[in-house]
Amino acid sequence: MSLAVDNLRVYYRTLRGDVKALDGVTFGVADREIMGIAGESGCGKTTLGKSLIRLDSRMRVVEGTVTLDGVRMPIEDDRAMNEYRFRDVSIVPQYAMSALNPIRKIGRMISELLTARGVSYDETFPELSRRLALVGLGDAVLDRYPIELSGGMKQRVVMVLSTLLNPSLLIADELTSALDVSTQKAVAEMLVEFRDRGFVKSTIVITHDLSVLYQIADTILVMYAGKLVEKAPAAELTASPKHPYTQLLLASLPEVGVRFAEKRLTGIPGRPPSLLNPPKGCRFRARCPLAFDKCAEEPPFTEVAPGRYAACWKAAA
Amino acid sequence: MLRLDGVTKVFRTGVFGRAAFTAVSDVTFDVEQGEIVSLIGESGSGKTTVGRMILRLTRATAGAVTMDGRDVATLGRTDVRAYYGSVQGIFQDPFSSYNPVFKVDRVLGMIRTNYLPGMSDADWKAKVRGSLEAVGLEPADVLGKYPHQLSGGQLQRLLIARALMLELRFLVADEIISMLDASTRIDVLNLLGDLRARGLGVLFVTHDLALGNYISDRTIILRRGRVVEMGSTRKVFDRPAHPYTQMLLTSVPHLSEKWGAGAVEAPTALDDASDGPLRPIDDDHFVAI
Amino acid sequence: MAAAGQQADLLATPEVAMTGEGATGEDGGPRGARSEILHFAFRNTKLVVGLTVVLAFLTLAIVGPWLTDATPFEFGYPLGEPPSRAHWLGTTSPGQDVYAQFVYGLRSSFIVGALAAAVAAALGMAIGFVSGYLGGVVDEVLSMLTNIVLVIPTLAVLIIVSAYLSVGSLFSEAMLIGLTSWPWAARAIRAQTFSLGSRDFVSLARLSGQSTVKVIVREIAPNMSSYLFLTFILLFGGSVLTAATLDFLGLGPSQVMSLGLMMNNAVSNAALQLGMWWWFIPPGIGITAVVGGLYIMNVGLDEVFNPRLRRT
Repeated sequence: MSLAVDNLRVYYRTLRGDVKALDGVTFGVADREIMGIAGESGCGKTTLGKSLIRLDSRMRVVEGTVTLDGVRMPIEDDRAMNEYRFRDVSIVPQYAMSALNPIRKIGRMISELLTARGVSYDETFPELSRRLALVGLGDAVLDRYPIELSGGMKQRVVMVLSTLLNPSLLIADELTSALDVSTQKAVAEMLVEFRDRGFVKSTIVITHDLSVLYQIADTILVMYAGKLVEKAPAAELTASPKHPYTQLLLASLPEVGVRFAEKRLTGIPGRPPSLLNPPKGCRFRARCPLAFDKCAEEPPFTEVAPGRYAACWKAAA
Repeated sequence: MLRLDGVTKVFRTGVFGRAAFTAVSDVTFDVEQGEIVSLIGESGSGKTTVGRMILRLTRATAGAVTMDGRDVATLGRTDVRAYYGSVQGIFQDPFSSYNPVFKVDRVLGMIRTNYLPGMSDADWKAKVRGSLEAVGLEPADVLGKYPHQLSGGQLQRLLIARALMLELRFLVADEIISMLDASTRIDVLNLLGDLRARGLGVLFVTHDLALGNYISDRTIILRRGRVVEMGSTRKVFDRPAHPYTQMLLTSVPHLSEKWGAGAVEAPTALDDASDGPLRPIDDDHFVAI
Repeated sequence: MAAAGQQADLLATPEVAMTGEGATGEDGGPRGARSEILHFAFRNTKLVVGLTVVLAFLTLAIVGPWLTDATPFEFGYPLGEPPSRAHWLGTTSPGQDVYAQFVYGLRSSFIVGALAAAVAAALGMAIGFVSGYLGGVVDEVLSMLTNIVLVIPTLAVLIIVSAYLSVGSLFSEAMLIGLTSWPWAARAIRAQTFSLGSRDFVSLARLSGQSTVKVIVREIAPNMSSYLFLTFILLFGGSVLTAATLDFLGLGPSQVMSLGLMMNNAVSNAALQLGMWWWFIPPGIGITAVVGGLYIMNVGLDEVFNPRLRRT
């Protein structure tokens, strides 16, 4: 197993108390696997992505371990993680393309970044050039300012940069949210290509868009209110979801072809619970049409069918 | 009811405004009562600018936006107020649409002050209650709260309720659900369908083809400020005639079938100089080829 | 182009996770925010230190004159005496009471500072808001005006004007300073107004039939309140300093005692060479402490208002 996360609990410190953004998450990502993590706002997926690389000073790792290629990652320690960032674990954060320094040419920014990491720009240049060509950008892009590039081009530059040192784990956080549908397809396919060519070993794709995950992920993990609710191979999850939340979520997505007049879709009433004081028992209980007495006790995230995991008493039945 | 005729918008940029950027170019279409028209385009297509011109937040450089035959750009002060009494807009970011220092009731209160000054308190309370129920909100849940205490879905619904308090005939819905969670999106979208049933005309501006297909009667595909395809939704989606529309449809990720293995023409390869004027190729189906 | 997703920015913060059924509803928006601001305010060293210093001198300026019978211009006291029980800060060469001069001078500084800042702030706000909100030709004209006044070397102009028009009162001195120090405030406010004006709630207010003035006053200004406050404090500090400079050069009102005038007198009477430290050090400290205190307060306040600058 390339990445193993064991019972990870990450809370945010606030004036009003601890927000339990990630409350006991255990899973693994294999070598050459693309795992998609899906969920809505507040479910903890971004916290999960960030905690694997330790980027936010307000976060506090309360419990749990993260192991990459057999080595335990010091995620509680910002300074210690420095050794691993960019080389072993790399992230393409949300809004990465807006984070490019507007007054630096792309090439200069890349060379500064590499030097800061102790990597020689000149030695890496041939590889950089090769990869830029692979994603459809020439060397000319190194001489441009970010404002001269389109959103898709910037996203591609950021992706090449993040994977330059062939990290074992790549975390892509909402990679395609701000992109047009045509660029979205190109960037998503690029992720798959990077994996196929061995530029990255394991990939975690964090997004709210289940349809993109269906297209490129091998496995999908669904999160709700800081906990895992379902995990399954992508095609199986979308075809026959086992957890009520996943079922309702999929049922609320309009596909090209479904029309209001013919079939009126419905959403999920209510809102996710507050994570300051999360409810006891199953966190989806208040909104779940299948809830019954046993749901007052939190269902474990277990294997309910070969390769299929869900945290629901009804699914386990 | 609402008609755009050869509407063009050119923005001046650069030092002393010498450079020109054409956001919208020669757009013509109309929206009738009781129909939802989707304006579909990617970023930079000019779709938000079209919405803003209809709402008089920006002036057209050429062409005219007319409501029942009257050019909206030439309206005098009292007529503008009357115009907003029948045409309203809702924008993409629910949290940006509310002034964060005030309670959300204020957006309703502004309507009362400017449009229903003579109404008694009792009547007003009843009207508020009625509008909130029409959009599926509990008055106790939303009144007296600050914007950050409510969810995006509730805020957008409240804006729809606000629009309903007027004798609305036309609504510009600019990406109103793209910032909402998937589980609440569809409910807000269904509300637009309910509004249509009441006789409202809606311009649904979006980049998401699946949403456009779900809710709208007619569809307009906008590319770099020009209309490239237009017509009844069924025809545009079932038999797309313009290569750009075809490209968009093949790029949409589906939940049951994978993206085609065949290479898709990159958008830049499509030569937009080849776009001629809109020609009808079928009853209610026009293509710019 | 905004993200086609959820409230993506809020995802990474705990705020969104705190709303929902379990949320504490009593903490209303601005009220909750206000108590949070007070919480940070009391813990910010710079703010506390700066405010204490400024308030201490302000107290002295108000109460100080009541503690003495002497007046600043009164002669007849022992000549050039160091501090003693009779004269807490000693006397000047011509025989005036230094303490009286000091506390009355402090009063003048505060009065001129506040008045000039008020004038400059009012002008800056009026021009900044209108320019930022309306844009177009109005903005071009007002910006040009702002830039011209900004570029004029203020002190040189003040010196020349003061030399010709005798500045007889604190009021006219304050007006003069106020009328020349508004440009940078106007520019800053204009920039903020630009960014706020593009927010959707401003468009919504227009769609609700609000007039331009109402939009500025009720939509834009309240969202800039902390910024306006900071601007006022900076203008206050700057005005006190400019006034002291003018007074020191002898271009301020000569019939009203001010700290700058004290220093002017001290220098003309060679207090430094004669070792009469009690004459020139108090006004120097007074000006430095008040202006410095205000600036430090400003930095602290900025940290309090802007969560991203906080170190905790």
